[in-house]
Amino acid sequence: MKQLRKIRDFLSGDASADRVVPPSGQTAHLTLFASAVMAFLAVFALALSLAAGRLADKWSDELARASTVRISAPEDQMQAQTQAALRVLETTEGIASARALTAQEQQALLAPWFGQNVPVEALPVPQLIEVIETDAGYDGAGLRLRLSAEAPGAVLDDHTRWRRPLVQAAERLRLLAVMSILLISGAMAAIITLAANAALASNAQVIGVLRLVGAEDRYIANAFVRRFTLRSLAGALVGMGVGAIAILFLPSAATEIGFLTGLGFAGAEWFLPLVVPLVGAAVAYLATRRASLRVLGALT
Amino acid sequence: MSDRTGARVIELENLAYSYGGGELLSDVSLKLAPGSFHFLTGPSGAGKTTFLKLCYGALVPTSGFVRIFDRDVRDMSRDDVAQIRRRIGVVHQDCQFLDHLPLYENVALPLTVAGFDVAGEAENLRDLLAWCGLEPRANALPPQLSGGERQRAALARAVILSPDVVLADEPTGNVDWEMSQRLLTLLVELNRMGKTVLIATHDLGLIRAAKQQVQARVLRISNRRLQLAGADL
Repeated sequence: MKQLRKIRDFLSGDASADRVVPPSGQTAHLTLFASAVMAFLAVFALALSLAAGRLADKWSDELARASTVRISAPEDQMQAQTQAALRVLETTEGIASARALTAQEQQALLAPWFGQNVPVEALPVPQLIEVIETDAGYDGAGLRLRLSAEAPGAVLDDHTRWRRPLVQAAERLRLLAVMSILLISGAMAAIITLAANAALASNAQVIGVLRLVGAEDRYIANAFVRRFTLRSLAGALVGMGVGAIAILFLPSAATEIGFLTGLGFAGAEWFLPLVVPLVGAAVAYLATRRASLRVLGALT
Repeated sequence: MSDRTGARVIELENLAYSYGGGELLSDVSLKLAPGSFHFLTGPSGAGKTTFLKLCYGALVPTSGFVRIFDRDVRDMSRDDVAQIRRRIGVVHQDCQFLDHLPLYENVALPLTVAGFDVAGEAENLRDLLAWCGLEPRANALPPQLSGGERQRAALARAVILSPDVVLADEPTGNVDWEMSQRLLTLLVELNRMGKTVLIATHDLGLIRAAKQQVQARVLRISNRRLQLAGADL
């Protein structure tokens, strides 16, 4: 509550105190522009982070529960081995369901590689069985042993081989996005520190006059800090708004399949960009305050 | 040189100050009693401005002591010095204003930084500007003011918080004789109100004129030391 009051007092400010620092065009524009650009980039990084997170969860979740049994056997044994494998699967603990894919479904799977009109039945295509696990999952090693005994041509593919690198890639992408947000914040702090230093240096005479009349360092610093914080907040609001609109107009994930079309916010995630200007203002506050107190400490 | 009276607002004891490898002031001792009036003279570069800065805590002595209102400046934080400056009005030769603010806001600056409600002090501010003859120029920006107006505005700003001490560095350096007499009259009036006044000047005419109106002591910085000036003044 006390902190909230402090923030409110800081934002409402003191009109006459605000006027002691002269308006500085160049640093004002630099701060506004830098904040807007950084907020814009941060919104994209945030969207990327969320999209990567969703993708990782989706891959991790969906693929973790699905497995495939592939049966490669001579044509005359195919049916028997398929049935044997299905029986094994039906009696295996941890498997919710198992079914052999129809010829049409297998054709659809091959269509991207061989075209629509491939006579699947004329090709030595293995029979695929889709296996859905329960939440508890099954014992892969045990199942492989039982399958090899009952259906020698059956090979269990629990997707681990290619699921792991995909999930890792998505996790890395999410980490990269989070790092981008941190780097953007750091870059914003650096730019605003430079702008604050420039403003303080160009206002050495103002600082001298304020000290002469009894201003404490905190008062002088606040005059600069408040100005830079509010400018950064304004710039970041603009950048956030433009960024959010740009993401809003990205193609929808529903229309096409693919990661890039999934970049964006979903549901309550649309409130998350609102955090960007607040973080921007907080970064500006801390950067300017640190720079101001350091410069004031160095001035005699 | 020292004053043996007990009470003092500013006290310098065996003070020395060096800058850039050279000693500017050496073995300086002085007590400024409440309500006293002092002039500080000496040739250009003798260290008058440095002496004043030591008196209001803008500089710290190389050795010796400066006590302002019984507090050693070495023991003061920057905020302490800021608080002390609200009790010491300083008038610089170059006045030092915020050029983007009108005169009345510049004069009210000590009120602003001290957290007073400037709007609530409007009447006092008007009276002060009238006392200095600046009321018609209240809305002018500092660059639009003449030298005399700037000096009077600096004096008004120095006294707006009713300080105990007024330190003035060459307050008549940029004004004509008539204006310097007017400024002197204001400083003498302040002294009659009980303020301690210390004026650094090389204007001997101003000192002579003051001695006809007020009991003033004249100090001289010579060869880095502070001396009581001769009776010819």
